[in-house]
Amino acid sequence: MSDNLPSPIQRAVDAGDNVSEVTPARLFIGRSGTAYRTSTQLQLRADHAFAKDALEASLSLAEPPMKELVERFGLFEVATQADSHEEYLARPDKGRRLAVGVAETLRANCPSAVEVQFVVGDGLSPLAVRAQVPSLLGPLIDHASARGLSIGRPFFVRYCRVGVMNDIGEALDAQNVILLVGERPGLATAESLSAYMAHRPRSGDTDAQRNLVSNIHSSGVGTEDAVRRILGLVDSLQLQGRSGFTVKESAQPTALPGAGGR
Amino acid sequence: MKRSVTLRGETFAFADLRELMARANEPKAGDRLAGIAADSERERVAAKMALAEVPLHAFLDESLIEDDVTALVVSSLDQEAFAPLRSLTVGELRELVLTSSFAAEWERGLKSALTPEMVAGVTRIMSARDLMTAAAPLRAVTKCRNTMGERGVLGVRVQPNHPTDDIAGVLLSALDGLLFGCGDALIGVNPAGDSIENVIALEYALHDLISAVGVPTQSCVLAHITTQLAALERGAPVDLLFQSIGGTEATNAGFGVTLQGLAEGREAVLASHAGRNEFIGDNVMYFETGQGTALSVDGHGGIDQLTCEARAYGVARTFDPFLVNSVVGFIGPEYLANEREIMRAGLEDHFMGKLLGLPMGIDICYTNHVEANQDTTDQLLVLLATAGCNFVMGVPGSDDVMLNYQSTSYHDAAGVRELVGARPAPEFEEWLERTGIYDGGKLSELAATGPDSLLAFTSSLKELGL
Repeated sequence: MSDNLPSPIQRAVDAGDNVSEVTPARLFIGRSGTAYRTSTQLQLRADHAFAKDALEASLSLAEPPMKELVERFGLFEVATQADSHEEYLARPDKGRRLAVGVAETLRANCPSAVEVQFVVGDGLSPLAVRAQVPSLLGPLIDHASARGLSIGRPFFVRYCRVGVMNDIGEALDAQNVILLVGERPGLATAESLSAYMAHRPRSGDTDAQRNLVSNIHSSGVGTEDAVRRILGLVDSLQLQGRSGFTVKESAQPTALPGAGGR
Repeated sequence: MKRSVTLRGETFAFADLRELMARANEPKAGDRLAGIAADSERERVAAKMALAEVPLHAFLDESLIEDDVTALVVSSLDQEAFAPLRSLTVGELRELVLTSSFAAEWERGLKSALTPEMVAGVTRIMSARDLMTAAAPLRAVTKCRNTMGERGVLGVRVQPNHPTDDIAGVLLSALDGLLFGCGDALIGVNPAGDSIENVIALEYALHDLISAVGVPTQSCVLAHITTQLAALERGAPVDLLFQSIGGTEATNAGFGVTLQGLAEGREAVLASHAGRNEFIGDNVMYFETGQGTALSVDGHGGIDQLTCEARAYGVARTFDPFLVNSVVGFIGPEYLANEREIMRAGLEDHFMGKLLGLPMGIDICYTNHVEANQDTTDQLLVLLATAGCNFVMGVPGSDDVMLNYQSTSYHDAAGVRELVGARPAPEFEEWLERTGIYDGGKLSELAATGPDSLLAFTSSLKELGL
């Protein structure tokens, strides 16, 4: 083995026999001519079939594991203007708007002008919400509270697009809105969650005014890292009084107070 | 402007050029979503017929929108080269671009004589084969650390993404791509995290890989332009400066970029290259686009998505990019509904980019919430390779484990090169032969056969003293 390879490359080469320890990517899978081996070909078809099914998975607040979040944090459900999954896919404009009357519901049930408002959205993967949110929401709320931040009552948005954060900002005037939303199901995982973050979101805001921690799942960003990064960004958003591409995530966000958290 | 067409006794009228363009477009979910698409196939064809009669000067007389992109497009038009085309109709332009002598005229100056709107106009009265036939002879050759775009070359971007940007994982993915003969267009990582430190770490890792194995190619970390420039300011090696762009000022604002910001970024990268002595050319930008992006950030201004896309190319060409990539199936079914719309858009984007003089590549891809599958990418890959596409993607096993979508794989790229007789960039191919990955212009028997081929590769590097 060449001794003069830079160490990260040497580490990569050394990992060649145990690819799955360093990446979920399909590496060194061989070939027949330039085509896939039959096992690869069929595995890809199987993974695609599971990803398609994941899009239609059900999500109910009345059933575990979401039920516990209702009991513990008073999570409740609101709607967007999309009335069905089909309409949700075809009409992103509707998934970005709260249904008529929901702004009033939010104002009646949630404290206004809090420092951090957590929101859960199904997005394109209800499976991701079921897999990640139950273990993520508690620590997020606990650690944010421990920092002395005022926290709103979390709620769940069905048929949710990221743009709905604008309507939520208008309704509740929260300083920071954090949307935990299911990402498009992929072949390697259908359980990947994103946290979109906006400082004082208002109608007309775009992704240019949002920050993002993505790939929250078991072979991606773990729960503890996700909590650290999201709250690190909350600090930056608060400090700079804005969000979006002009706010860069710091590589070493403030350490979490205490090691515990549920 | 009021134009109308009567078809079998039914009259279709179009209020202005913007409406006429939108109605004449091939079916696209995004145009339907925006409420600007034709109401019937009869209306669509009537609009195509009316559009075919429109003289090219009408596109200068009647702006579709007033913004900084329009101003840039108009000021960058070669008026002298355009003069003889003024009165040509859109229908006549279609016939012109399909003549066998067109490529020579295009090379002599017609490539700067058309606005994106004219190109977007003619595209919608062309068939799929028209789009391939017309694009194939138009070559856009660019240089950075190698030469892309020559006739017969099909480049591949290695896209070694990782859900947490693990450096070893990224590099291992990139090595797998190199062993398939991929990576001549670019080794380009979409970072999962946008922190400056993270981007710097990836920039150095890719740079070190390229140096260590001595491969003549270029790297890019596809963070926001401001993050890449912050990394550059701290001394990180930036080969290509990436940014997503759109065809209206409002779309670019949605991406957090301005035309001036792009120009300043390009200058900064060129200045850094002057001190590195590794480059054979001045093409330092890498742009990504895609039909539907303008609408997705509510920045379309009532213009159809094909025209918005062409205008993004109008922006791109003023910055002499090394590569432009339309990520054609990434955006989702609300903009491109299914396999049919994705395939049409891929052929359109490639043709429009080429006609405007761009080094056009296509990320042939789909997400899992659209009705498409790997047969879709197989088919469009062959069509685009035949049409002379500058480059396509190489994603391990077609499965992007960070962005969660499927594209063309290392296998697919190597396979289509063999199928249509295309080759990698010349400097890169020479390196493939030298390291034993290629043998006689194709993958050697031992390349990319599994983990053992990585060991064979590293020992060959050692023998070569790299």
